[in-house]
Amino acid sequence: MSALGDAVLFLNDPFNWTRPGNGILVLLVQHLQISGAAVGLALLVALPLGIWLGHTGRGGAFTVALSNVGRAVPTLALLTVFAVTPIGFGPEATTIALALFAVPPVLTNTYVGFRQVDRDVVEAARAMGMTGRQVTFRAELPLAMPLVMTGVRTAAVQVVATATLAALVAGGGLGRIINLGFGQQDYGQVVAGAIVVAVLAVLTEAVFVLLSWLLTPGPRTLPRLRRARATA
Amino acid sequence: MNAAPNPWIDPSYVVDNWDTILAYTAQHVRLTVLAVLIGTVIALPLALLARRSRWLSGPVLGLSTLVYTIPSLAMFAFIAPFTGLSETTVLVGLVLYSLVVLVRNFLAGLQSVPADVVEAARGMGYGRGRLLARVELPLALPSFVAGIRIATVSTVALVTVGVIVGQGGLGQLIVGGFNANFYRAPIVTGAVGCVVLALLLDAVIALLGRVATPWTRMPTRRRAGRRAATAGSAA
Repeated sequence: MSALGDAVLFLNDPFNWTRPGNGILVLLVQHLQISGAAVGLALLVALPLGIWLGHTGRGGAFTVALSNVGRAVPTLALLTVFAVTPIGFGPEATTIALALFAVPPVLTNTYVGFRQVDRDVVEAARAMGMTGRQVTFRAELPLAMPLVMTGVRTAAVQVVATATLAALVAGGGLGRIINLGFGQQDYGQVVAGAIVVAVLAVLTEAVFVLLSWLLTPGPRTLPRLRRARATA
Repeated sequence: MNAAPNPWIDPSYVVDNWDTILAYTAQHVRLTVLAVLIGTVIALPLALLARRSRWLSGPVLGLSTLVYTIPSLAMFAFIAPFTGLSETTVLVGLVLYSLVVLVRNFLAGLQSVPADVVEAARGMGYGRGRLLARVELPLALPSFVAGIRIATVSTVALVTVGVIVGQGGLGQLIVGGFNANFYRAPIVTGAVGCVVLALLLDAVIALLGRVATPWTRMPTRRRAGRRAATAGSAA
């Protein structure tokens, strides 16, 4: 297939990267700004709520229902609906729509992480005279950290991936390359855009795996190494 | 900006464009059902293979994670040069995504079969094929149904992205309305249609699952089935 060859040619042309307006670098920065804002917004809402619900043990049915409903609503639909509200299409509408979709994974995983903390540990922490706040942040949070970070990673990868859809409704971001390619019947550009987007998504995943490894307390073995050791 | 009225909900739009809406809905259902059916047919042998050994389950699960990380728009863009602006492009992408969910849930279902039950069946002289068909598959069924439900609901949402190759089912209404000077009625119709379709298909599969597993409704066994269902939905 010549599309792949054309894609390599497209990516090899420095002008495609540095072109003002819709060069890959400009779109990449746009993409990362929108994604970062969306994830930040979602964390601001979902983390405190998830920690509170998980600590008190309330709202389990609510979080499960929220994540199920979140799966049924197409991102594209919400992106479009926001674009035709008074917010208008542009980075703001995209950010809000993406943030809404990032809330369920963070909320659910934080809640489950907190609920899965050994009750004996919580009781021991209480018996040692820890206040509710101390139990939450010094006993439960460190133990729930792997799952909390799984939620954050899922949300981040999902946001970076779905931010490409903004291009379908006149938004910015790397999806523009693919959309423009289809518009011009230029499959080389289409595949080139797909490569850039896919690499960014995989990189995001890798960065957050590393981040969660750094943030998780306990012996610092790399996730894969740990498993290998356990079997050895 | 809008001189003409542009209501969010417009029954007359739905009435006037009923044939179009129906055609897009039919495409949406066709793509979803085909994708999940093909996904199920491929996922079952993959799950059985992955269960055989840890050497196989690692690559199978790793590859499926990689597939799931690739954004849907990029996925369709990768496939489009081979299959063009056709329904096949969307279908292939949807099957790949459904595989990720299905293989994981099928594997979890097969692994959740109690070892002593398998042992007992072996002791009674069950061969490998009969063991799978009569003991393991029925016991793993609740987990299978949970996986198929998740795959179906997420596939309904994903079909809309097929709009990039002009085959997005109800997504055509959504983006079509956007491109027609931000015409709100088709956007809302398409969005609501997607959600209703997802919930409807989910309910149908849940019902089929209930009919297929009468034993899970017995008082003592009920909780085990429900636990499997929630574990699946959290994945």
